[in-house]
Amino acid sequence: MDYNEIGLKVGLEIHQQLNTERKLFCHCPTELTNEVKGEVERILRATLSELGEIDRAALLEMRKGKKFIYQYNNSSCLVELDEEPPHMPSEEALKIALQIAMLLNMKTVDVAYVMRKIVIDGSNPSGFQRTIFLAYDGYVETEDGKVRIESLCLEEDAARKVEERGDKVVYNLDRLGIPLVEISTAPDINSPKMARETAKRIGEILRMCKVKRGIGTIRQDINISIKDGARVEIKGVSELYLIEKVVEYEVLRQLNLLKIRDELKERNAEVIEEIYDVTDIFKNCNSKIIKRALKDGKVKAIVLKKFGGLVGKEIQPGRRLGTEFADRAKVIAGVSGIIHTDELPKYGITEEDVKRLREFLKVDEDDAIVLVADKEEKANKALQAVIERAKEALIGVPEETRKANEDGTTSYLRPLPGKARMYPETDIPPIFIKDIEVERPELPEEKIERFKREYMLSDELAKKMVFSYYVDLFEELCKRFKNIKPTLIAKTLEESLKEIKREGYNIENIKKQHLYSLFDALSSGKLAKEGIIEVLKGFCEMPDKDIDEILEIKGLKGLSREEVEKIVEEIINENINIIKEKKDKALGYLMGRCMAKLRGKADGKMVNEILKEKIRNIL
Amino acid sequence: MEIGDVVRIETDKGVFEGLLLPSIDENVITLKLKNGYNIGILKENIKNVRVIKKGEKPKYELPPLNIEKKHKKTVSILSTGGTVASKVDYSTGAVHPSFTADDLIRAVPEIADIANIEGRAILNILSENMKPKYWIKIAEEIKKEAKRADGIVITHGTDTMNYTAAALSFMVNADFPIILTGAQRSSDRPSSDAYLNLLSSVIAAKENIKGVFVVMHETSDDKYCLLHRGVKVRKCHSSRRDAFLSINSLPIAKIDPFSKNIIYLQEVERSEGSKKVEINTKLEEKVALIKVYPGMDGEIIRYYVDKGYKGIVLEGTGLGHAPEYVFDDIKYAIDNDVVVIMTTQTINGRVNMNVYSNGRKLLNLGVIGCEDMLPEVAYVKLMYLLANYSLEDVKKLINKNMVGEINYRSDFKAYGGNYGL
Repeated sequence: MDYNEIGLKVGLEIHQQLNTERKLFCHCPTELTNEVKGEVERILRATLSELGEIDRAALLEMRKGKKFIYQYNNSSCLVELDEEPPHMPSEEALKIALQIAMLLNMKTVDVAYVMRKIVIDGSNPSGFQRTIFLAYDGYVETEDGKVRIESLCLEEDAARKVEERGDKVVYNLDRLGIPLVEISTAPDINSPKMARETAKRIGEILRMCKVKRGIGTIRQDINISIKDGARVEIKGVSELYLIEKVVEYEVLRQLNLLKIRDELKERNAEVIEEIYDVTDIFKNCNSKIIKRALKDGKVKAIVLKKFGGLVGKEIQPGRRLGTEFADRAKVIAGVSGIIHTDELPKYGITEEDVKRLREFLKVDEDDAIVLVADKEEKANKALQAVIERAKEALIGVPEETRKANEDGTTSYLRPLPGKARMYPETDIPPIFIKDIEVERPELPEEKIERFKREYMLSDELAKKMVFSYYVDLFEELCKRFKNIKPTLIAKTLEESLKEIKREGYNIENIKKQHLYSLFDALSSGKLAKEGIIEVLKGFCEMPDKDIDEILEIKGLKGLSREEVEKIVEEIINENINIIKEKKDKALGYLMGRCMAKLRGKADGKMVNEILKEKIRNIL
Repeated sequence: MEIGDVVRIETDKGVFEGLLLPSIDENVITLKLKNGYNIGILKENIKNVRVIKKGEKPKYELPPLNIEKKHKKTVSILSTGGTVASKVDYSTGAVHPSFTADDLIRAVPEIADIANIEGRAILNILSENMKPKYWIKIAEEIKKEAKRADGIVITHGTDTMNYTAAALSFMVNADFPIILTGAQRSSDRPSSDAYLNLLSSVIAAKENIKGVFVVMHETSDDKYCLLHRGVKVRKCHSSRRDAFLSINSLPIAKIDPFSKNIIYLQEVERSEGSKKVEINTKLEEKVALIKVYPGMDGEIIRYYVDKGYKGIVLEGTGLGHAPEYVFDDIKYAIDNDVVVIMTTQTINGRVNMNVYSNGRKLLNLGVIGCEDMLPEVAYVKLMYLLANYSLEDVKKLINKNMVGEINYRSDFKAYGGNYGL
């Protein structure tokens, strides 16, 4: 596809959690926990606008009396509960954010203000999210060209939704307040591949700074538009490989919607804005769906003139225009789905049923009918939403916020948000950025070069190590255990751990102190490098045991030099004839015999040394 | 270039366009950018400034609401400068205090479903700047307002709300409820406690009770509020919404602002519906509140005596003690006809100066123990008594209950804010 021709414009918004000691506005740790120490129930109200008025829609929402329950624990305090003013922002978080800005070639503001962004869905007990605009006007280089970075904001992550309990929404406060950088690119990206490259490059740069790693710590939103299409915001693409697909599929969706629009125009199609009660038609229908709904509900219908065949038209793999209708009905009215004539007969609804329906509504074969079977009020609300969406199909692509599905397709989430209501956080004084001293971190390629130079790693291993979760630990270990080759440390961290994970070992049990004790044992000769894998497996199985216990259990207890000498001597004595026969050439053979007995218990180098010496003594 | 103008600023680090805001520092220009964020630009980095559009003065005049006065009872809300119904200017972030009944109803429309609402601002000060003369002003305004109201709600900063409540308890004798309320989270936040506090206060102000009370959150939940006796309540936390506790007493009632139910937990004086009110605003301002502590310098007591003070409230340790090395200073005060009374810095519990010899010696010097009265209440009461009674009567009345400030019975449950409700 020629993406230039269709005028593809893509912008990314990347959210990355920072790995700080404390949260952005309090002194709680940034660790998630499932623990619940107690719950607090709250309500949120829309506040007065500049004109002293409350938004009517917000007032309506408020009158519904939605209540929120907040679970607190050791990762949250009075600040998260909105019972104590925010503390001064974490200096560590500010520094990391400024380092990221530096690597993204951004300019920083002179004086930064903490702002409150109003959010009353309950994800913030205060009713707002605190955010700081720190840097602007940067860029990253990708294989496909330069992409401008428009802004970098440092903000607090929201609370984690746990469940809905009737009309109450339950949130855990552990995640609230974890520092997050929000990086927004300009819409400079013009192909799916470039979108992926840009996200990858920004991701690599982020990993040069102190950021959190693992599931849920980085989230990508993608803004996509094509010529004649519309800006669509796609939320929550967490995997890199999905980005390309999401962009491809969204382009496909917009192109197909435009084709459908042209076809509808040509046909002179029309949306009839009336909801019909067709319950009687389905009184004796054998469809399970209909039967279940009719217990306390109705079957309602709308007519889409000249939509026949197009409602069932595929616009993304496995998704039709009808799916778009269904999405709206589900989100807005909470129904389980819709039924349209393009897919019938199906669900136990027969050709005969359809025929009677068409006769009753006096519509032709080239018209489409959409049905909803549910409680009357819900069914009406659902069909009203379908009417709105069908009318948009006549215009083209609706602007909206969508969420990414696992296969790269997307589904409707909500309308595009309006302009955020923001006002200053009066509890925190402005921040003078020049007073914060920050060191520039290395760029990925600089770090790779240094790893090759300083630690003599191969190109491949250096690249792996630089982006590894263990990169900082690697450097720490190299510094501490100078007599161990960095390559061995890197391979242990990057390869051995992955190897045993593949075998099904739970490597999450392996903590920093385990690795320290492992390399300590190697360094002092207590453990031979051949035993590394077994020790790691041991720690996975028994994380509470110390290294000596593991060596004992695994039978890896390294032998002392004297003990090794004794065993070597025994082997020499058993094979004395061979030595006499083969002279120097016997070394290789005997080494094999020795190692068969000593593998994992003694270092091969030491065995070799002892063996050589003893043979020399004999000859 | 004026506040509110849209300006274009050129600097070494780029060009910025936005709304000019009041500055926080003389070296900084503050702008609100189009994306909603505020930034500060150091003046030294500015190369050129141009005004793009002159600002428009925001208007705060809104058309009247014309709410029908359909209820039997009218509640007047008097503001002293708290933040219950202040308006935020979202472009500048400044808070504009403005206060009419309509403003209140716009902020909390539900109050109009409970009673006819009247409202006006009588003061505009932060509660930490409160002075006895403002207490007097509030008492006078209550008297005026009684003509049209069946109950009065006073919005007040929380810092010194308990002092004002105590002062009004002694100065105002009204046959209707006077409710003080406030907010720990300002009302410009969606999570403000002001909403439930105000709603509950209006509910309480409609009750057939008399006296001065404080209404605030019961717990950290937005569920219930408590009605506290004005002379038995204290702010016990610097920031939580359930900061106000009844001390040495159970709260008077629990209010459900959603169902509008009130459950009484204690006997309370009932109103006869006469709307009668008498005030006596005479106060002796030369009274000091002194905290006792290890290593304190007794000179401070002499300082007040020499300055002509008439009364000193000691906030003693434990059961009502003070170090022996200040006894001479206390004697000096009493010899100079200064009334010296004793409360306890443990806040909870009763003074009893008979248990240890230290207390007995203080009693012998003429120090008067004040039972379970809060130090802040004792301070206000002594001001009131000294202005209105003879020295002999002051000494007799100070530790006798007048308006509910002293309970002679200590309720086991009245401790720690966990009243077993």
